[in-house]
Amino acid sequence: MTFRKYLVLAGVTVFAAAGDTMLSHGMKQTGNISIHHLQSLLLAFLNPWVSIGIVLLLAFFAAYMNALSWADLTYVLPATSLGYVLLALVARFALHEHISITRWVGITLIAGGVGFVAGGEALTAHPHHRDTSFTQNANSDVPAAMRAER
Amino acid sequence: MRHLYTWSGILVVVFFSVVGDVLMSRAMKQVGDVHELLKQYGLWRVVTRVLSTPSFFMGISAMAVAFFSLLFALSWGDVSLVAPAAASLTFIGNAFAAKIFLHERVDRRRWLAAMMVAAGVALLAG
Repeated sequence: MTFRKYLVLAGVTVFAAAGDTMLSHGMKQTGNISIHHLQSLLLAFLNPWVSIGIVLLLAFFAAYMNALSWADLTYVLPATSLGYVLLALVARFALHEHISITRWVGITLIAGGVGFVAGGEALTAHPHHRDTSFTQNANSDVPAAMRAER
Repeated sequence: MRHLYTWSGILVVVFFSVVGDVLMSRAMKQVGDVHELLKQYGLWRVVTRVLSTPSFFMGISAMAVAFFSLLFALSWGDVSLVAPAAASLTFIGNAFAAKIFLHERVDRRRWLAAMMVAAGVALLAG
């Protein structure tokens, strides 16, 4: 794990939390969407909060794909959940909202779960992944004898 | 009736989220470590390589379906139920799917983490 990889995971967390917040705020202003009035869905995209939320979620997606290229799905996903903790802390210390005991327990559970995963290996070693990987093929640093066998 | 709508909405969201995440993870494993690739070949090759991976497009489609069903479910049910229920169940579903379809080593540490995060997300909205 390099510093850059930790930055990518931080990006996954922050962009997801910020994007979801803005999208949810925008959708509340837009109101209910009915299956009979799909045009109201298109109208929702005109809401600035919804558009900013979507841009942030695209940034999240780029960071998420980046992380998945070098880490297991079950390693990356808990990282996104740290965003919930982040939102709760922002609500408590920046917006001075009251946070119930139940929520503090939830925050502790998520933080604990993330701590558990972060302590383990990021990627399951799959021999066949190495074999078919782009880098290896392009470099062709496979011993000549093995290449001859193929 | 409204409850039925809401919960079927949640299950549809969870199903497509899990399918999307698994396909995307498979696609990016096929692409390889993006940091290494960027260093050696530059951004353009990485982008074309991602775009030539079929799992990527299937993953994107599943995620798009999940996203739009979430929008629908959110307009039917309470945000405080739909968002955490979908997120929470997706964590559990992904742990199973990653083990079965991606052959990730989901050891006790990761199971515990998935359970704790799922419980935490559910509590946070309560």
